[in-house]
Amino acid sequence: MGNFGNLMDGFVIALSGYHVALMVAGVLMGILVGVLPGLGAPNGVSLLLPLTFTMDPVSAIILLTSMYWGALFGGSTTSILFNIPGEPSSVATTFDGYPMAKKGEAGRALTLAFLSAATGALFGVVVITALSGWVAEFALKFSSPEYFAVYFLTFASFIGMGSASPFKTLVSMMLGFAFATVGMDTVSGSLRLTFGFTDLIKGISFLVAVIGLFGIGELIVTMEEGLRFEGIRAKVTPRDVLHTIARMPRHWVTLLRSCIVGSWMGITPGGPTAASFMSYGLAKRFSRRKEGFGSGEPAGVVAPEAADHSAGTCAILPMMALGVPGSATAAVMMGGLMIWGLNPGPMLFIERPDFVWGLIASMYLGNVVAVVLVLSTVPLFAAILRIPLAIIGPVIVIVCFIGAYTVASSTTDLWFVLAFGVAGYAFKKLDYPIAPLVLAMVLGDKAEGAFQQSMIMSKGGLGIFFSNGLVSTIMALALLLLFWPLAGMLVSRLRRHGM
Amino acid sequence: MLKKTTFTFVMLASALGVVAAEAAWKPERPIEFVVTSGAGGGTDNIARTIQAAIQKNKLTDANIIVTNKGGGSGAEGFVYSAMAKGDPYKFTFGTNNEYLLPYVAKLGFKSTDLVPVAAMALDEFLIWVHKDSPYKDAKSFIEAAKANPESIKFGGSQSKDTDQTLVSIISEATGAKFTYIPFKSGGEAAVQLAGAHIDANVNNPNENIGQFKAGMVRPLCVFSPKRMAKGPKVSGDMAWSDIPTCKEAGIPVETYQMPRTQWLPAGVPEDAVKWYIDLLAKVRQTEEWKQYIERTSQTEVFMSPSELAKFAKDEEAKTVAVFKREGWLAQ
Repeated sequence: MGNFGNLMDGFVIALSGYHVALMVAGVLMGILVGVLPGLGAPNGVSLLLPLTFTMDPVSAIILLTSMYWGALFGGSTTSILFNIPGEPSSVATTFDGYPMAKKGEAGRALTLAFLSAATGALFGVVVITALSGWVAEFALKFSSPEYFAVYFLTFASFIGMGSASPFKTLVSMMLGFAFATVGMDTVSGSLRLTFGFTDLIKGISFLVAVIGLFGIGELIVTMEEGLRFEGIRAKVTPRDVLHTIARMPRHWVTLLRSCIVGSWMGITPGGPTAASFMSYGLAKRFSRRKEGFGSGEPAGVVAPEAADHSAGTCAILPMMALGVPGSATAAVMMGGLMIWGLNPGPMLFIERPDFVWGLIASMYLGNVVAVVLVLSTVPLFAAILRIPLAIIGPVIVIVCFIGAYTVASSTTDLWFVLAFGVAGYAFKKLDYPIAPLVLAMVLGDKAEGAFQQSMIMSKGGLGIFFSNGLVSTIMALALLLLFWPLAGMLVSRLRRHGM
Repeated sequence: MLKKTTFTFVMLASALGVVAAEAAWKPERPIEFVVTSGAGGGTDNIARTIQAAIQKNKLTDANIIVTNKGGGSGAEGFVYSAMAKGDPYKFTFGTNNEYLLPYVAKLGFKSTDLVPVAAMALDEFLIWVHKDSPYKDAKSFIEAAKANPESIKFGGSQSKDTDQTLVSIISEATGAKFTYIPFKSGGEAAVQLAGAHIDANVNNPNENIGQFKAGMVRPLCVFSPKRMAKGPKVSGDMAWSDIPTCKEAGIPVETYQMPRTQWLPAGVPEDAVKWYIDLLAKVRQTEEWKQYIERTSQTEVFMSPSELAKFAKDEEAKTVAVFKREGWLAQ
């Protein structure tokens, strides 16, 4: 009940005309940076940060978080329209969102994505409103073995479920792990796989790889198939948007499952990227139409989007309560918090309840504002697909290169984009899945770090992954998911023999 | 937008140039603050505080852009500035990593590729334990580690960096052996200690203050020649100045502090260095800077380029001995 009272106080703070205007401004700028791949939320928020120096902390955080919501929505837009994810967490959206757009259902895919994202975010805020006292305490139970177990669970939920052969999935994933090891290793402090190139010290940016693999790779394939987008003739009217909204409740099972997965991963804190991949994997596994996934299944858009946003929202709470940012954007915001004179940590909730609850209330409002604004842009964005490929193709190439350059202002990255583009094309032709490679690149070094730390803690004993109830449960779940397809094969074979 | 500001700026700069002909160097385009850590880290914090202080008080007309280049423990940023030889618009923020990093890995820059400008603060290091830890003071902590070698898990930020170096120095000075576990950041080490997954860490005050205020962790001693500045109570009835120095507490390591340093690429004009020193001197007078020092519990200093060069040289000599002993020197 105390939380509810606090939340109402928060609404009083957040619902002023000034703050709502900040939300609208923030969301609009967010959509803009989200739509330009490479610019993305972290860059956008740090560009905006100097503006907030003279603001009151509550207003400042409302502006920055609103921009973040806008950027997340904008990122989904490019994932669906151009197969270029703006953020790691929207990679899974491309798997079915882009095929839908190619089939001429761009408007439907965008609407589905935005609605699922908003549902996920609202679910997430309700969860943190209800559990705010308990969440931080739970997150404290997580140490390196638990982190490793969560990442392992994500990998396990992905392997053996692809339509490609498990062998190809494994090859792709291992390549991803190899790319993730390039650069300086935190645990040993030594350089790996840099071959003496100074430019490789910082590692290979995940975003650069993704822009090449998805953006350029897809473009080469499209060109080969005959210079046209199949969605050219598709016209989107506001009616289509309303129609999709009306049919949204059909996906309630997927939505609910994804929201729960997302909230759990946000709190634990496995993060939005792991959440969206895991949710996509589970949606496919439990779907009656497994074959449809990867070629434009609506549930394949709903699942990652809902999980991504509920995780992103839930992750804000442990971040503020523990002072550990869960994403690059969160890290920039935390830097802001300190400049405004606040110390993130357990005492923030006690010292500045107006700030914390004002922020939580603004998360409700900001997401509503964001979804209304982005839904009204759907016909506009979908119209982009009607531009002939001869024009939009070169534009995409330019956008890809600008995006890759913005990541670290390094010209070497441009060569990487080209190389990854060719690799992406080769993967497509040889029918190797790209997703496992991307997943391994995003979570590979985190999983490795957690594993190494666990090994130092246990002096080399694997028993540490079963040393308490929490980590054992997650590990057992992961192993179950990993061997599920194998067990299924075994059972069906036994049954055939028994007959 | 950008074009317009640049244009106004060029106009302004040329107008000022006529008036103040004796001021030899002044910025004619935006200045880049190169931060050799990720967003939210200690180096990022000081750079953004200085940016805020300059912009709020309009200390210069030049625009300031902050770029984070924290890859490879900060090497990414140093290489970036080192390559921009003679470019006075790459104002680079670091710690002691500028001159220590090249020893532990081959990174593509030498410490002489950058010239010192200033060091504005010294960050303190403390030994922290969990609130329920049986160790009430540094002495019993060290005794326990001696009685049971490698049983105590020390967490810290990064590998072969300041935190691990300090743990090695403590080992050498006392004969106690620890297990060191590197995390990505001091913030992570703080949370791991609050959750009692590790036994101790050597965080800076700012990295542990949230947990300290909440009474989840307890400081044992500070590696400073004298106690920290007097101030209000931070946690329960404890103020920063109530924490004994490690020397008082029985660990024969008197000082271990990390300078917050600023650099420019080698080959920049002499007056450019002077311009930045003047700018930083003005920053020191601002309210934002005073609040920053108080909030992060650092010791304020203002080293000139030659003082910083000497400080670096002394520290290098001491630290390289540790690297040698631990076998961390890059071949």
